[in-house]
Amino acid sequence: MSLTTADVRKVARLARLAMNDAEIETARAQLSGIFDLIAEMQAVDTGGIAPMSHAQDVAQRLREDKVTETNQREAFQAIAPQVEAGLYLVPQVIE
Amino acid sequence: MTWEIVIGLEVHTQLSTNTKIFSGASTAFGAEPNTQADAVSIALPGVLPVLNKGAVERAIKFGLAVGAHIAPRSVFARKNYFYPDLPKGYQISQFDLPVVGQGTLTIQVEPLSGNAKPYEKTVRITRAHLEEDAGKSMHGDFHGMTGIDLNRAGTPLLEIVSEPDMCSAAEAVAYAKALHSLVRWIGICDGNMQEGSFRCDVNVSVRKPGQPLGTRREIKNLNSFKFMQQAIDYEVQWQIDTIEGGGKVQQATILFNPDTGETRAMRSKEDAHDYRYFPDPDLLPLEISEEWKEQVRATLPELPQAKQARYVNDLGLSAYDASMLTASREMADFFDSTRMHLDTENDIDNPKLCANWIIGEVTAQLNREELDITQCPIKAYQLSELLAYVAKGRISNSGAKEVFRTMWTEGGDADSIIVRKALEQISDSGAIEAIVDEIIATNADKVAEYRSGKDKLFGFFVGLAMKASKGKANPAQLNDVLKRKLAG
Repeated sequence: MSLTTADVRKVARLARLAMNDAEIETARAQLSGIFDLIAEMQAVDTGGIAPMSHAQDVAQRLREDKVTETNQREAFQAIAPQVEAGLYLVPQVIE
Repeated sequence: MTWEIVIGLEVHTQLSTNTKIFSGASTAFGAEPNTQADAVSIALPGVLPVLNKGAVERAIKFGLAVGAHIAPRSVFARKNYFYPDLPKGYQISQFDLPVVGQGTLTIQVEPLSGNAKPYEKTVRITRAHLEEDAGKSMHGDFHGMTGIDLNRAGTPLLEIVSEPDMCSAAEAVAYAKALHSLVRWIGICDGNMQEGSFRCDVNVSVRKPGQPLGTRREIKNLNSFKFMQQAIDYEVQWQIDTIEGGGKVQQATILFNPDTGETRAMRSKEDAHDYRYFPDPDLLPLEISEEWKEQVRATLPELPQAKQARYVNDLGLSAYDASMLTASREMADFFDSTRMHLDTENDIDNPKLCANWIIGEVTAQLNREELDITQCPIKAYQLSELLAYVAKGRISNSGAKEVFRTMWTEGGDADSIIVRKALEQISDSGAIEAIVDEIIATNADKVAEYRSGKDKLFGFFVGLAMKASKGKANPAQLNDVLKRKLAG
């Protein structure tokens, strides 16, 4: 499968990546290469084989519903660009 | 020109766990901003999600309560979008393999207008999936910036999606109310709508009968049943007017403004629906064994539907009474408790009497004072004592209402209020006969008229006798004695 530059531009916008034309073309070629790899894998007949999500047969580990975290706001906010009244401040968002 | 309305709901219920869905931070409401936003909630690099067993248990409970298939294996997916209250840049949700599959919820619909009768309807539930809530944006006075509180980020949500089975605002509201009652009934959500524990998104479209579905618009984040009804009514009219005016409805996400009663489209976000879901590589598939499912099933209380059926079949209540009494689990508990006390302590088996008083006096007074049944100042055992006296004829119905009002405002037990207010009904036949004899003796002319055929005067005598007994004569007994003595 071959991606178009329009495809790449769209994905870049969705991922909030600013890319110039040369970068778009490089990314297009690289991404197309990945799709080729996927196409190769998809060509393998996997009929009758259940999909697996881990090399070992393991499932999601669950946590008891108990509070283990303490308030570390001060430490976290020490590295935030801007805070006020306990809130993280970000450029204004308008609905 | 008739239009058909098609409505489907997506309801976000905050699950009543102690901690977040993927970390051990508290979910208590009302904490200082960001004091419950741990490293996972604020998405510090390198953190990993660990799924909360309590959240999964609640999802299973819900699935079982609506008769749905519980997926033995379900998958968490990333829903990608950028917004400051979502620090990871994606929300962990479920996509093609949700934990709860198709189920149903049967609702009682009370039409909002006209003399239409209440009816029952079964709404299909498409699915319910686990996901994390986002944080909150504050648009206060922050020098042109937005404040972000991530305490809510990571709170477990169960998003319950219905089929577009509802065809009026009344049905949508009835469904939302039934769902609200159910999640509280089974104890998976506190249902506090003001605090955002139960939020509804309503998809609305209109079409001509027989035509394919029209384009829908989604009203976001309704947190009151009243607003839901207003928003749907407004939106339906707007869509009909738009189409009849030659326009076309564009798919959009819209908000309802309670102050103006209008809906308006949100800034249409380009690519808003391009969420690029993919399985979250940080989370393995969730496996739910048959054994675990059965363990959870054993913890479910009797469900509202089953209770309703039992009230009708075993207790002889009407379908209406049964549905009123099962509007919430607390209401049903109050009724059961009143009925049991009446039965065990007074040997009076009279569910109908209990139902009448709870649906009547108790509910009316609660509504007047905007209280719910858990805040009722009269406890079930107090009410049952009062009802025992009503059943035994110790007090009249109106006397009982006075006792009830006194009990409500001042507290106390029925017996002492009856004695203190001298509300005891006169059931002593000698006393009643004496009153009647006196009346007959002092109203000879009227008695003569009555005896010559003026039957209507009977009420006049009842009035006099009641007055003479200060309203305390047992009405049934009084009638008997009067009839007998007046006949001569």
